[in-house]
Amino acid sequence: MIRINSPDELVALRDRIVSERNPDTPCITVCAGTGCLASGSRDVVAAFNHAIGTQDLDVEVGFRATGCHGFCEKGPIVVIDPEEICYLQVTSEDVPEIIAKTIKEKKVIERLLYVDQTTGEKAVHESDIPFYKYQERMVFGANRRIDPKSFEDYLAIGGCQALTKALFEMTPDEVISEVKDANLRGRGGGGFPAGEKWEIARAAPGEPKYVVVNCDEGDPGAYMDRSLMEGNPYGVLEGLTIGAYAIGANEGYVYIRQEYPLALENLSLAIEDAEKRGLLGKDILGSGFDFKVKVHRGAGAFVCGEETALIISLEGEVGEPRPRPPYPAVKGLWGKPTNINNVETWANIPLIINGGAAAFAAIGTEGSKGTKIFSLVGKIANTGLVEVPMGISLRDVIYKIGGGIPDGKKFKAVQTGGPSGGCIPEERLDLEVDFDELTKAGSMMGSGGMIVMDEETCMVDVARYFIDFLTDESCGKCVPCREGLRQMQRILTRITEGKGEESDIEVLEELAETAQEASLCALGKTAPNPFLSTFRYFRDEYEAHINEKRCPALSCKKLVSYYIEPEKCKACLICLKECPAGAIDGAKKTIHIIDQEKCDACGICFEVCPSRFDAVVRISGEPVPPPIPEEKRMVIRKSKRQ
Amino acid sequence: MNDDRIDQIIESHQSEASSLIQVLLDIQSEDRWLSKEALSRVSEKLDVPLRRIQHIATFYKAFSLSPKGRHEVHICMGTACHVRGAGRVLEKVEAVTGIGPGETDLDMKFSLETVNCLGCCALGPVMEIDGTTHGRLSAADTTDVLQTYE
Repeated sequence: MIRINSPDELVALRDRIVSERNPDTPCITVCAGTGCLASGSRDVVAAFNHAIGTQDLDVEVGFRATGCHGFCEKGPIVVIDPEEICYLQVTSEDVPEIIAKTIKEKKVIERLLYVDQTTGEKAVHESDIPFYKYQERMVFGANRRIDPKSFEDYLAIGGCQALTKALFEMTPDEVISEVKDANLRGRGGGGFPAGEKWEIARAAPGEPKYVVVNCDEGDPGAYMDRSLMEGNPYGVLEGLTIGAYAIGANEGYVYIRQEYPLALENLSLAIEDAEKRGLLGKDILGSGFDFKVKVHRGAGAFVCGEETALIISLEGEVGEPRPRPPYPAVKGLWGKPTNINNVETWANIPLIINGGAAAFAAIGTEGSKGTKIFSLVGKIANTGLVEVPMGISLRDVIYKIGGGIPDGKKFKAVQTGGPSGGCIPEERLDLEVDFDELTKAGSMMGSGGMIVMDEETCMVDVARYFIDFLTDESCGKCVPCREGLRQMQRILTRITEGKGEESDIEVLEELAETAQEASLCALGKTAPNPFLSTFRYFRDEYEAHINEKRCPALSCKKLVSYYIEPEKCKACLICLKECPAGAIDGAKKTIHIIDQEKCDACGICFEVCPSRFDAVVRISGEPVPPPIPEEKRMVIRKSKRQ
Repeated sequence: MNDDRIDQIIESHQSEASSLIQVLLDIQSEDRWLSKEALSRVSEKLDVPLRRIQHIATFYKAFSLSPKGRHEVHICMGTACHVRGAGRVLEKVEAVTGIGPGETDLDMKFSLETVNCLGCCALGPVMEIDGTTHGRLSAADTTDVLQTYE
């Protein structure tokens, strides 16, 4: 591998790579992000490699295993360029047919296409699928076009242009003012303007200075940072290098979760490769600027996503937050000025430098510019990662892109902002998604998790779930967070078990207020949000649990009983066999009944009862009807010939 | 893990005390737990008090201070899996294996852990065994899946 010593050499290399690639040659891309790998794309990749390697193809064909495309619901995903023919839920058995028909004969395989659930229409091209159509994939779009292990791929789509521009045509101050003008706000949760943070770090006295990528993504249900790091590590590194140049740092760290093995692998390969090519290390591209990047694996502590805790963890200690100010930009790693931004923030930098601040700021709302990647998960038809312009309505994200709620259920709430975020109810669905609007609604942007909940999700249980999570992740330093959350957890658990008392609400509110006021870091300050926002919008559910011992969502185990409706039961024996508690009595042609004494409400009978019978029902807040008398338990089947 | 291997790992991190977490992670990923002997060796070589090492090894979730079973079962309790019924899957796994999160059975067959998000929310509820993902699980399916492991 030859070291690239100047911008001219870089351009020459890019020209050579592009000229060697015929844009009309079919290229098969298979999503090999973590989501698709889990649904079997490793086999699909192997099958393509085998087919391309062994079959005597008379046509030239390219192949690329890429990072996450975003449409995780329908993985494994295969897209064939240049036409962008998109096949979903592909298995290795489909591969010979794809080669024979689509590659050789240029025919589309109908059964692998996207089918619109409402209209029944099929979509051939990726861009025709509603999930993609309403997105604006400025940052995330590159994932589909590159093999994350190939620098050539990154260069071919215009990679390193921003770096060259920054290093050779701009002063560090000019870079900072560009980022400031773009009004890029931190994508990790805080929403602090990145340019201002850079300016503070640049101006702060002390050498050396450091830049850090925060890839300690810990919100359950959010995985956009991982997907960016897995799918486009060169892009993140390019952003980081530009930031280092602007701030005057020669050393950088990537703090990445140990639980992200693929992201770690692709990032490490990219760093090694970039060093050999002279894009990291000494005298980058002959500019005289030196920059070295080290990888630090996070050992699993949610609080380390908080920047002061992250710094302490980088130093090899227990990651407990410390008071701010001084902010890390002034006094951070080893007491030196340190600029920390999240993965997505860094990945936006090359876009701003390439396209200019004005173009970037043209997208979005008054206070929030550009796009944001959300992970749209939970009770939603199209689970996946979506990148949308700031200001899009929640309704559009959930219904147009997400395809609404599956199984004919009713929407109840969407939870945004991670564990310390909040739940937004149906009546606020027209809210324009940006940093400020979400905060006004009692939630927050956070790192971009969007968990959709339907009528069967109990909001008290959701609050208990998040408080549980935060109690477990509290580092234990501040009493209001450590002890207060534990008390909140106990009370909420009691309420979900039907043991709630009227005075509980008052105590919860008091504990919430204390944690908000008296905790040191953002984790503690925002920890009561799950309770506060669910209580604000779903007070009736709390009251039902406390006063009527009823769970309206039929979800809280201790408040739900299971009952078999005798007129619907066809005595099929399925629930009887599956019941782990042995609580179901019955036999062939004998209507099944549940012994309420033995039943532990695991819900398996409800799950397995065939939908054509739907004989098992859930009851909450009222007594279970007595079992039918023995003499009436015979199932009398109507004769078919009447 | 013998002392030589531990020394090798420490050297690969330039024997810096600030690399303590990285050293422990390497030992953890090879041995799948941190033995008392390993911790003492690290303490000696990096000149860090054992007390501080214990603090770190109990603070971060990646570390285990007891040996693991042959199969590591991870149940995702992320929000997406939670609303899709991960709690019921966990209860079923607990019933079948007889162990709770953080525990290993007496035959050293299964170790059970709950994790916060495996990042394949489309497949929720998800159970991961030795790195293989089992998705879209119902509580009733889990017995069959567990039975395929020896």
